[in-house]
Amino acid sequence: MLHIYCPHCREHREEEEFHVKGQAHIARPLDPDSCTDKEWGEYLFFRKNPRGLHHEIWYHTTGCRKFFNVTRDTVSYEIKEVYKIGEQPQVVAKG
Amino acid sequence: MSQKNRLQSGGRIDRSKALSFSYNGRQYQGYQGDTVASALLANGVDIIGRSFKYSRPRGIVTAGADEPNAILQMGATEATQVPNVRATQQELFNGLVCSATNGWPNADSDMMSILGKVGGKMMPPGFYYKTFMFPQSMWETYEKVIRKAAGFGRSPLENDPDEYDHVNQHCDLMVVGAGPAGLMAALTAARSGARVIIADEQNEFGGHLLSSRERIGGKSAADWVAEIVEELASFPDVMMLPRSTVNGYHDHNFLTIHERRTDHIADKAPTGQVRQRMHRVRAHWVVLATGAQERPLVYGHNDVPGCMVASAVSTYINRYGVVPGKQLVLMTTNDGAYQTALDWADAGREVVAVVDTRANPQGELIEAVRKRGIKVITGSAVIEVSGKKRVSGVTIANIDAKGEKVTGKAHSLMSCDTVASSGGWSPVVHLSCHTGSRPQWNDEIIGFVPGPTVQKQLIAGGINGTYALDKVLAEGVKAGQEAATRLGLTAADTQLPNVRSVREGKAMALFHVPHSKPTSRAPKQFVDYQNDVTAAGIELATREGFESIEHVKRYTAMGFGTDQGKLGNINGMAITAKILGKSIPETGTTVFRPNYTPITFGAIAGRNCDELFDPKRFSAMHKWHVENGAKFEDVGQWKRPWYFPKAGETMQQALDRECKATRESVGILDASTLGKIDIQGKDAREFLSRVYTNAWAKLGVGKCRYGLMCKEDGMVFDDGVTSCLGENHFLMTTTTGGAAGVLEWLELYHQTEWPELEVFFTSVTDHWATMTISGPNSRKLLAELTDIDLDKDGFKFMDWRAGTVAGVPARVFRISFTGELSFEINVQANYGLYVWEKLFEHGAKYNLTPYGTETMHILRAEKGFIIAGQDTDGSVHPFDLGMGWCVGNNKPFSYIGKRGMAREDCVRPNRKQLVGLKTKDPKVVLPEGAQAVANPKQAIPMDMLGHVTSSYWSANLGRSIAMGFVKGGLERMGESVYYPLADGRVIEAEICSPIFLDPKGERQNV
Repeated sequence: MLHIYCPHCREHREEEEFHVKGQAHIARPLDPDSCTDKEWGEYLFFRKNPRGLHHEIWYHTTGCRKFFNVTRDTVSYEIKEVYKIGEQPQVVAKG
Repeated sequence: MSQKNRLQSGGRIDRSKALSFSYNGRQYQGYQGDTVASALLANGVDIIGRSFKYSRPRGIVTAGADEPNAILQMGATEATQVPNVRATQQELFNGLVCSATNGWPNADSDMMSILGKVGGKMMPPGFYYKTFMFPQSMWETYEKVIRKAAGFGRSPLENDPDEYDHVNQHCDLMVVGAGPAGLMAALTAARSGARVIIADEQNEFGGHLLSSRERIGGKSAADWVAEIVEELASFPDVMMLPRSTVNGYHDHNFLTIHERRTDHIADKAPTGQVRQRMHRVRAHWVVLATGAQERPLVYGHNDVPGCMVASAVSTYINRYGVVPGKQLVLMTTNDGAYQTALDWADAGREVVAVVDTRANPQGELIEAVRKRGIKVITGSAVIEVSGKKRVSGVTIANIDAKGEKVTGKAHSLMSCDTVASSGGWSPVVHLSCHTGSRPQWNDEIIGFVPGPTVQKQLIAGGINGTYALDKVLAEGVKAGQEAATRLGLTAADTQLPNVRSVREGKAMALFHVPHSKPTSRAPKQFVDYQNDVTAAGIELATREGFESIEHVKRYTAMGFGTDQGKLGNINGMAITAKILGKSIPETGTTVFRPNYTPITFGAIAGRNCDELFDPKRFSAMHKWHVENGAKFEDVGQWKRPWYFPKAGETMQQALDRECKATRESVGILDASTLGKIDIQGKDAREFLSRVYTNAWAKLGVGKCRYGLMCKEDGMVFDDGVTSCLGENHFLMTTTTGGAAGVLEWLELYHQTEWPELEVFFTSVTDHWATMTISGPNSRKLLAELTDIDLDKDGFKFMDWRAGTVAGVPARVFRISFTGELSFEINVQANYGLYVWEKLFEHGAKYNLTPYGTETMHILRAEKGFIIAGQDTDGSVHPFDLGMGWCVGNNKPFSYIGKRGMAREDCVRPNRKQLVGLKTKDPKVVLPEGAQAVANPKQAIPMDMLGHVTSSYWSANLGRSIAMGFVKGGLERMGESVYYPLADGRVIEAEICSPIFLDPKGERQNV
């Protein structure tokens, strides 16, 4: 079970308090109506499934109800960093 | 029966406290300090069960967690039954009741063994799959018989009377195992000021020292342990947990400990005590000091009762004062096991011979054994034992230096009743595997040791392949010091006690003892006792092409028992490697997963039972509903009134009465469970227009509007009415089940996409009690209780007003889910029951009729109103529902769902669309879920056009009504579709508008 630092509560809490919401940094297109079906499909359905570093959104469901980002290693389950929505990751995959 | 194998003195048992217990219906005696296994051995009980597949008699093999055979059914009453209890780990108490898990009619004379004898050769791995595959439909029948024959424990049929709980723990250092390494690590860390938890699966701390005759610092091992334990107990920040198995090591140093608090006292926990406790530990650092388990050797008929692991024999003698036989033959690949011969001889019984597989073993213990006049046969092995229900003798043969074949003739059938074997030791690496680390082979110690890990984990002692006591103690101190340093503490210096080190010779890497016949023709050589996996079975599996160790494991079922192959897996891997001509590291190992030993469901559940597992939610008027005979329905966690039957009424009669009363006079519904979200902020209106499909820009204060909410793919996921309470203040309602999901959805978009919008969301579902009065007399009724002007032109449909109802501050919404004139009264939840009762005081003269969710469903279906989640399933957009009127095309912002609805697939013709359905026979009610077809005579599989989503008997219309999806349905009004049912009937229905009643909507506008 993961031990997750909430950047809003500024404490480590148990995974049971959180929900993972999938890949982070998927911005909603600013003008959806001008997207082709393919572009809209990419935004809606296509997600990375990396072996290694993964940036994902977590929700502090039973805590502060804030969303934030986590960089997690999908092999070792190590959490490399947490950062607020709107910020960019410091730990990124090479290449 | 007397305790014929009990020694007069010695061991950690209290002979002044005799305990009686029942095994297979017979009474036996043991002593305080015994395990069930040691007590059974003391009483000379040889057979402890029958094997899984061949039904061969089996006896106790080990003295610990690795025991494959002595798996008991325990419990004095039906409610306290516990299956698959290891006799080697269950402490004896007075009145304990247990029985062998398998064997029919009993373990001693088992009928199934005939099958094992006759069919043995014919039951290779995969036997059940190969034999009982055809016809496939019969598998369920076969399976019941096979499972019964196979035995294994059973669950209780009554509720567990005991309590279990969970405790969260936090510590600097978690030490797993309280043997010499663990004790030293914990002591050193504690002296350094760390907060320590130390847990051990045994009833006492000390690990193997409890059954050892070694001396530490000039004291007996037991005295030394007692001193360390006493010092550990003096630290306020050290928690010591005996009878506590660390069963799981999870990510981020999270460990689960299964503590058995009263299992050693009685069948049922004493009043007020918790039987078992699960500790959930988050540790900064972990020291694994889990020790090692001895491997037996694999030889012919090695499962006959009397064949044991060498160290277990020593444990029974030294710790429990039990010698499990009269004449011992010891077979070993290493020096350490010679201690067992010394222990046996010191107990005054005969050691027939020590058979060493090495040609020229040299070492202190060997000299000691020889000096005692015990015969040592070198370069040889026990290739086969004789005896059926107990070992009666052994066949010995010379083997080559590599241990691959028998050289010369098998000879000298020696008579004995016990064969102890040792193939070396396997570090207990299980926990280190739980987070994904793979163990690594170490040739030096002939075993797997933990591999690299990302956890903050240290290892010490036997788990590291370190077996000499002086080195084990030193590693424990070092691990404790390193943990302290990593924790930022100043590591304390712990003096190492003086321990005599024993000079040992090199061990031989032998796992599978060769036989003079090839493995496939030799007597059965068991690798995994619990699942009856033999060396020949593994050989066959590889010959059939299962060459990966993971495939061998699954095909033969090796390691799939309740013991997880603790005893046999390494031997099985070594045999696989030998057959494939590979090394063990090349063959690799399977990994162990939680839990280390089986755990009870009680401990997993803890207090999370009944309401504490799944809370029940009640509205403020619940008491009234109960008193008035409501039948309830679960909606999420809510208990909602389903219908209110009167004495003697059937459900349908009650529904008919409720439906008619509402349309003819006035009905009342408890609608408190609908989700309510208070939305405030200067951008609240803008936010609403982005998450709803329709327009919100012009909704004035005092007005309400129905809205549909879609996901980005354009599919409907919730709906409800939102009211404008103030220029920057709205109240959104959601479906009962969708409330939490919608709130999270709103937060997600606000926080991640549009943080620039100033808007705040607060759940107020529980703050308000909501009652809807509906029907032509609802205005008259409400007028008697409110100060709000109810004039039909002043307080219009889709308006809301603040005022009082029955003297209580209220918000009244003129909205309708029935199509009738309706008022939804919201008051603070605390006043809910009071207002509800006031309405009934005044409502009697209007025949005010309470109705539940079922009548609500019928009334709304008569009007063609959808229920999100019933008439939608995440694959329909608003146009599919015929609700294009609720989609705003001219909104400036591209709201959620707009682009999705325009996808190619969403605008294609012939999509499934929601329509009304009238059965040709008005008396017939379509079943919900029935599939529509165009031609019921078409061969199966038919082309399916859609399905029924809502279907009821409408008393108001005097006929059945239904809604459902039909491909291109909105274009097919008046056409017939057919619903073939499982019972062979075919129901014909006509496609129609889903608005069955009052199509112009006049009734709600009066």
